[in-house]
Amino acid sequence: MEKVLGADAVLLSLIEEGQDTVFGYPGGTVIPLYDSLYGKRDKIHHILARHEQAAVHEAQAYAQVTGKPGVCIVTSGPGATNAITGIANANMDSVPLIVITGQVGSAFLGTDAFQETDVFGLSMPIAKWSAQITKAEDIAETMAKAFYIAVSGRPGVVVLEITKNALTSTTDFVYKKAPVIRSYVPYPEIPGEVIDKAAEMINAAEKPLILIGHGVLIARAEKAVKEFVEKSGIPFGTTLMGLSALPSDHPLNVGMLGMHGSYASNMLTNQADLIIAIGMRFSDRVTGKTSGYGTKAKILHIEIDKSEIGKIISADLSVHGDLKSALSYLTPRIEKKTYNRWRKEFDKFYQMELEQVIKKDTHSDLPLIQMGEAVDIVSRKTSGDAVVVTDVGQNQMVAARYYKFKHPNTFLTSGGLGTMGFGLPAAVGAAVAQKFMPETNKMKNFPVVLFTGDGGFQMNEQELGTIIQEKVPVKMVILNNSVLGMVRQWQNMFNGKRYSETDLINPDFVCLAKAYGIKAERVELREDLEPAIQQMLSFDGPYLLEIMVDKDMKVMPFIAPGSTVDEMKLVSND
Amino acid sequence: MNRKYTLLIYTENHVGLLNRISIIFTRHKVNIESLNTSPSMEEGVHSFVITINTSLAQAEHLRKAIEKQVEVLKAFLYEEKQVIPMEVALFKISTEGLKSGNSLEKLIRESSARIITVEPEFLVIEKTGTQNDIQDFLAQLSDFDVREFIQSGRVIVTRPMGKLKDYLLDLERQEEK
Repeated sequence: MEKVLGADAVLLSLIEEGQDTVFGYPGGTVIPLYDSLYGKRDKIHHILARHEQAAVHEAQAYAQVTGKPGVCIVTSGPGATNAITGIANANMDSVPLIVITGQVGSAFLGTDAFQETDVFGLSMPIAKWSAQITKAEDIAETMAKAFYIAVSGRPGVVVLEITKNALTSTTDFVYKKAPVIRSYVPYPEIPGEVIDKAAEMINAAEKPLILIGHGVLIARAEKAVKEFVEKSGIPFGTTLMGLSALPSDHPLNVGMLGMHGSYASNMLTNQADLIIAIGMRFSDRVTGKTSGYGTKAKILHIEIDKSEIGKIISADLSVHGDLKSALSYLTPRIEKKTYNRWRKEFDKFYQMELEQVIKKDTHSDLPLIQMGEAVDIVSRKTSGDAVVVTDVGQNQMVAARYYKFKHPNTFLTSGGLGTMGFGLPAAVGAAVAQKFMPETNKMKNFPVVLFTGDGGFQMNEQELGTIIQEKVPVKMVILNNSVLGMVRQWQNMFNGKRYSETDLINPDFVCLAKAYGIKAERVELREDLEPAIQQMLSFDGPYLLEIMVDKDMKVMPFIAPGSTVDEMKLVSND
Repeated sequence: MNRKYTLLIYTENHVGLLNRISIIFTRHKVNIESLNTSPSMEEGVHSFVITINTSLAQAEHLRKAIEKQVEVLKAFLYEEKQVIPMEVALFKISTEGLKSGNSLEKLIRESSARIITVEPEFLVIEKTGTQNDIQDFLAQLSDFDVREFIQSGRVIVTRPMGKLKDYLLDLERQEEK
């Protein structure tokens, strides 16, 4: 057998796993890996980010759009520590990634050598699995294990730290996918009697409510959920991360759950007599005060991660296993029903929200443009045929509330970690995913539209460089209110309008884009808004649209911290 | 209500696993009272015995979070009445001033402790028992010149009759499916 370098073994492993795209940034300890990559450019595209954090966010978005794990290569020391935020972000939102970091030669480990950090130790609390590889002959086996662990069960991030000597020494290369790991059972068996009991609970309920979480999208179980929802006739709400699993305009969709979700789904959570949670983890942003959550409801929790069951809200019954299998057993056992009276109760609350909030946000008569107007126009013009990416804060909540989704996995946002600076790189990652997609994929030609704020944009604005290098046509909408809007909203509501450090002096974003050769425009007047958005969407190539918006806008309705779901405030007091 | 719980964890013997397990306690602000790791009766399987003082809900949550780790085969949670625990302690006592009578020998005999070595300057006593037995014995030694005292983590056998081998076979069966 022909010997290969450890560095070649890493790339051959990627090829064995069907990976053709990696994101990354070279540096001292990964020079051998990049040298090997140079010879395999025809098989593996490398996307050169401008910062390691951004590279990881890009790989995450790539993974979410393609359904394949994302791969990222960074150097040791600062390369690895820069990647930490991206790793924590992807892991918290259960997106499968393999992050390969360099490390000093094994003889130097523990000596505080140049660019040495304990990546293996640092990554442990924020990754699904980590390993250190110090020998070339261990590379193939560990890579196979890494891919298997990252994608199976509840997916997550695997961090592999490879010492330089492992990359530069030679080894035989034998690759065996999905090796058996005795201690790891990613898809537990679901006992038949649990399914029977679950079906009984569902059939007996009078006011049931389904909660759809990100798990549905991760498990690619949208079809199974659709069948379950439609046969059961039960109204459903989605978490922020579960958005786009089913169309926004589905007749049983009663809106987003949680802090900035819809009035109806939150107010009626405590009227439900059964809550069926599917692939979600009862985040504090969803439950509000837990002691006042689902007060009349039995809880049926369908979830693959056992440690999530009973963690926040105790379940009366749990189905521990893969969603697709669980639903395929459950759907045939439930009765076909409708809950017209119960469903109509949601409409009453929706009408209130429509009149008092939604119309004002999306068709405002205030002098300044509201964020909701921009999102609404983009939504109407793209009719759901777009990949919507957001940053974190008001821009995120407004996009989540007013964009009407039609296709699964067309909403990318930072949920669990709430990472400002996620948006721009994630949009780049999504656009890169499209670039290498087959024509048969309907998402191939969807515009990638980023909604970001002036604050979050500046946290990773260097990625404009990646956009021009990769020639990806990202449509960037900066909703510029010259403040850190969400923090300011809290300061307004809870800190007596003491606006501590939330005003921003910003650069000229149009000039900034132009410095990169990216077409850009600024809009200040309402009558220019729709034509400007149309121009952005019609333009062939990347485009930055800066929209000057009202800094006093508040995202409503709102469950204040410490309040229960049914104490949600519809409008702000001032 | 906080109580004493013992976690018995079976793992693959993987570098860094102790760190992975211990950070779970740190994250939940639960103090590890004692910890013992050793090989188990199955080749390649390692065991951790960890005692903690916490609520049942928290202990069960910790158990699940530990079992979720890739290299953890199985984690069990036990209340005090479900385990037979033992700890071992060593006492180094200065021989100076020991000449007066045989009270130390008597104490050792009555406490089922034993002398494991005698040197010109000191002798070493070993006492095996529960944490309380050991604390009592230490208190009784107050008349003597105890120079060093060290106590091991807890080891346990459990009252339920499950066998490690059965759990391993069950895991292998599930993995094959």
